Formats: sequence, C-alpha cells, structure tokens
Amino acid sequence: MDIDKDTRNRVARFKKQWEDEVRQAGGGEAEKEGRWTTVSDMPVKLLYDLEDIKDMDYARDVGYPGQYPFLRGNQATGYRGRLWTIRMFSGFGTAGDTNRRWKKLLAEGETGLSAAFDYPTLMGYDTDSPIARGECGKCGVAIDTLDDYLELVAGIPLDRITTSMTINPPATVLWAMYCAAAELTGVSLEEIGGTIQNDMLKEFIAQKTLMCPPEPSVKLISDTIEFGTRYVPRWNTVSISGYHIREAGATAVQELAFTLRDGIEYVDDVITRKGLDVDAFAPRLSFFFNSHIDFFEEVAKMRAARRMWASIMKNRFSAKDPRSMWMRFHTQTAGCSLTAQQPYNNVVRTACEALAAVLGGTQSLHTNSLDEVWCLPSDHAVEIALRTQQIIADETGVARTIDPLAGSCYVETLTNDIEEKAWEYIRLIDDMGGMRVAIEAGYPQREIAEAAYRFQRQVEKCDKIMVGVNKYVTSEKIDIPVLDIDEQVEEVQLGRLKAVKNRRSDRDVGRALNDLKKACLAGDNVMPLCIDAVKSRATVQEICDVYREVYGEYRDQGIY
Amino acid sequence: MGTLRIMIAKPGLDGHDRGARVLARFLRDSGFEVIYTGCHQTPEQIVRAALQEDVDVVGLSCLSGAHRYLFPRVVKLLGEKGAGDIVVIGGGIIPEEDFVFLSDAGIRAVFTPGTPLEDIAAWIRTHVTRNGKESASVE
Repeated sequence: MDIDKDTRNRVARFKKQWEDEVRQAGGGEAEKEGRWTTVSDMPVKLLYDLEDIKDMDYARDVGYPGQYPFLRGNQATGYRGRLWTIRMFSGFGTAGDTNRRWKKLLAEGETGLSAAFDYPTLMGYDTDSPIARGECGKCGVAIDTLDDYLELVAGIPLDRITTSMTINPPATVLWAMYCAAAELTGVSLEEIGGTIQNDMLKEFIAQKTLMCPPEPSVKLISDTIEFGTRYVPRWNTVSISGYHIREAGATAVQELAFTLRDGIEYVDDVITRKGLDVDAFAPRLSFFFNSHIDFFEEVAKMRAARRMWASIMKNRFSAKDPRSMWMRFHTQTAGCSLTAQQPYNNVVRTACEALAAVLGGTQSLHTNSLDEVWCLPSDHAVEIALRTQQIIADETGVARTIDPLAGSCYVETLTNDIEEKAWEYIRLIDDMGGMRVAIEAGYPQREIAEAAYRFQRQVEKCDKIMVGVNKYVTSEKIDIPVLDIDEQVEEVQLGRLKAVKNRRSDRDVGRALNDLKKACLAGDNVMPLCIDAVKSRATVQEICDVYREVYGEYRDQGIY
Repeated sequence: MGTLRIMIAKPGLDGHDRGARVLARFLRDSGFEVIYTGCHQTPEQIVRAALQEDVDVVGLSCLSGAHRYLFPRVVKLLGEKGAGDIVVIGGGIIPEEDFVFLSDAGIRAVFTPGTPLEDIAAWIRTHVTRNGKESASVE
C-alpha cells in the first residue's frame, strides 16, 4: 500500500527512535532467530509497519468483500447478511442415539447438522464384518442400511435443515441414502441441501479412510459432482479438506497448499472426464479448514485461501461466474491442539481457535468439546462448545464488521507470506504431474510426517509450549465425565442388520448390485444406481464390495 | 546384544496415525530397528508380520476406542503361535479405567497422549532385550 514520501520522512524519525529503544532493551535477544516463530515455524518480527506492505495494491490485492479477489469475503454484507452456520460434528452409537443428540443440539440453537459415522461405515464395512469387530458406534454412528438412515433423520425437516456428512470412500452410498430418505419423506432432490466430504485425495494424504486406488476414487467423486450439478443443485458434493492434513501434523502452509492442489485436481477431472463447463459446477465446491492455536497465522491462512482460490478459478480455469471463485469453507477447531492433561484448558483453546475462524471469515464452524482427547463429546461438554460459538456471535461483537483485521501490517504480511509459500508447493506438485502422482510417490505424506516429527521434537525441547504438557505441569488427577459407548451397541446393531437382511428381497438386492457393477464397468455415473441399490436395502458394504471388486483395493503405504 | 527390533502397528480401522508415525520415526532415530505396518491391520496380520520380522516388541496404537477388543487379541494370537515372549505395549486414547484390564490381558505398558517419546524408548531399553527376553536389568 503506497506510502507517500512525506509520510515516510515523518515516520522515519519515530521508527529510528523505536529501533534505538529496542536495541537498548536487549533487542538482539528479542529478535533471536528461531525463537519467534509461529506454530508452523513462520518467522515473526517484533513489529510490522507500512514498509512491510508497501508493495501491496489495495484495489488489486485487498479490495472489497463480494469482489475479486475475495480476500475480504465472498459476501458484500459479511456476517450481518448471514452468520456462519453453527454446525456441531456429532454421531455415536446407533442411529436412534444420534438422532436424539441431533435434536437436542438443534433445540439448543445449532443451525446445521453434521454427521460423524463410525469406522466400519467410514471404511465401507458392515457391522457384521469380521474387520469391524469392536468398532461399532465408537467413533460415530453405525449405519448399515437405509433403515438405519431413516431412523437417523426421523423428525428432521430435510427441506429446511442442511446436513454435512463426513464420509469419503462410501460417499456415494451415504449420499444415496440421504437422497432416498428425502424422497421417502416427500422432499424432492431440488429442495435438500448439505455437504458430503467426499474428498479422497486428502484421505490418501492424511486421514486414511481408504478403499479404492486414487484414480477410480477421483472418478467416483466426479460422478457425484456431475449428479449434483444436474439433480441436486443445493448440495455441496465435495468438501475439499485441509483439516485432516493439519491434524496429521502439517504446517499451515502445507494444509493450504495441499488442499488447494486437491481442489485443482478435482476441477480438472470433472472438466476432462465429464465435459462440464467450469461455471456449471464450481459454485458447489466447498472447503474445510482447521483452525489451529496460532491465532494470526490461522486468520491469515483463511484470508489467503480465499484470494488464492479466486485466482485459481479465474486464471487457471477461466471461470466467469464470481460464485465459481468463492472459497466457501467450514472450519473445525484443532483437535490436535487439545491436551489430555488439564482438560478444562481445552475450552480456552477452542474459544481462541473459534475466534480466529470467525475473523478468518468462515461460513460454518464446529467447536471441539473439552473432553475430545478422551472420548466422543459428552452432553455437557458439547453444550459448552456450542455456547462458545454463541458467545462469539452474540456477545463479543467481532462479527459486526467485515474482515476487521484487514490492513493490519502484520496480518496482511502474513497473508502474503503464507500465500507465496503455498504457491511454491502448488507449482512443485504441478511439475510432478499432479496430486495423484505426488500421492503415489508419497510426497505430501512425507512432507507432513517431517513436519509432525519436527513439531513433536520442538514440544519435547520446550521450543513450542503446550500448557499442562511441557509447562505448568501438575500431577492433578484428571476427573471429567466421559461418554461411554455401551458395549451393547454392537449387539443391537447386529440384530438390526440381521432383521433387514431377513426382510428384504435378496433378488432385488442382487439385481440392483448387478446393475451398479455394470455401470462401474461401463464407466457410467454410479449415483442413480446407487440410489436404487440403497432402496433395495443393499448394505453399505455390499455396495462398497462392488467398488472394491471392479476398481481394486488400496492400502496405507505406512510412510513415516 | 543385538539391536532391538520394534514393530509399530495400527490394529483395526482407526486412521489416527500421527502418534504411531512420530513414535516410529523417533525410535528409528534412537537406534532401534523399526517396522511400521501402516493403518488398518487385523490382529492376524500384525501377528504374522511380527513373526516374519522377528521383532522383540510390538507397539499397538489405537485411538478409536476398540483397544479393549484389539489389544488382547494380538497378545492371545502371539501366544497361540508360541511367540508369547514378544513384548506387547500399547498407546492411544486409553481411559485409565482400562489399564488394569489391558495389563491383565498381557499388555505390558500403556502410553497415553502427552507421554514424552524418550520415556517410551527408555521403557523399552529397560524392559526388553534382543530375542524377546524380557528382563528387569539392562546389563
């Protein structure tokens, strides 16, 4: 941002005086290399001033909300026009258990649903699979058939409440169940709204719910994008996620860069495989970021994300519709920043992280509960997490004005620095031949492993502080109420599954699965057949076994 | 005395592998021979790999809550294969209430979040000697 000569001269005197004072106060120490860095190791100066942002052009690089490059937000009216969606990631036990929790959260002021599935469901196995033993209902809700799904959403108005589903390899199956449930309750596909995470690239990179190899995985994702574009216009068919990349140990820059590069990979594939015009589908692409503990770094990362995606869509893909250039994203506070020690401190961490997400301009937010290092959130803990968002929204006043940190010499500099470093990664992966190639070569996995290891060593040497872990340590016994998942859940769910299998027509199921298989082999869009299959009461695993059979299976490479 | 061989394994469907990866790397850098299985191993696969690799220690990591089923199963299968001398330890999100249950099931030590990596390495050096013979002395 331009500084005129007169201002520079007048400021120079004060700057000199300040520099002298810093020197006298032992400024060498204050400026010591390495000590003053963000949690991601970005160097931080003692002070930022106009000199740091003198090359920025306000109109070109910052601009106004609702206008390219969307640094300050997608919407001209910011949070006054529409507050972020308070969306608590939730699911445990049986469909009935989770349905009760969802209704409680909605009654307490939650504004959108977010489904957490258990590991067998996430990996495309049924509760009665040998590999699923011991996992049922533990990390989320167990879903085997459409009957479970109908119980999950019973009494929830699917035309008014949007639902986000964290589901990846079996995303087509769970989305098909949602579509079928809507239909069966008299709601049309045009009316339903929500999100499926459906981002397999970050699964290979970080979260590791795996099923098929990268190539067919991306094909299935393009199928959902195409189907949504044609028939489910209010659905976000992919949530391109940095969250899990960060949780696996990535830096803020890596999270941003790998996520955007994953986004590029999907857009490329839909254009080439499906022949869709970029503006036909890009407005429904959504994103998901982590809000970690380093406050300004997170705000800067989210601002940079918006500006970068706008540029990618405009310049790389020649999008014309501004909505294609919008980086719309959900945020979750950082699970990996929470500590098992002194768990009540986690409330404070989560509040700071949620505040950063709001100042970063998120469209949707999940706040972690204080007990999540120990268990799934208990009722009481999740209520505190929900209230945290409501206090930020209604009491602190931070949502009154749009992008209030814009123009801060530090925040703008950090935004620029993070963006520049993220572009370097994106160019590198472009040169490798794209993300699928990079993943097969183990590149992003190794970069993250390296960063995770570096951070852990820093914590152990007290270069990075975690209160209660390496500073202010107490021997106090941890005493918080934890949510126990009833060991009976597995038995109950096995019984439910068996009952459905007895009730259904095996002939209909066989026919539906066979049709699906033919579509897979022919390279057709699987979605319509997947909806038919779930209606016949084919199970999650039966459908996923078709994918495994046709496309092959993929195993974790175990890179460390 | 040869270098201790340690296998870090992820049983079950859990994909939370950050702790396992960081620990595997640390143990390798600390001079142990390390094998990391990657995610999603069945107890049977883990036991097969442990025998093939002739390890002294199996470190199981689980953050999904399924440890009460998975950890004892690995110990039991090792015993059935005549490899009961392999020391099995565990880590992850393990509630304190489960410590006794796991100990009774043959899990020699449990390390929960926040444990310094060096403490785990030290435990192994103190309690295990090459060829799976557990000993209290470190001579």
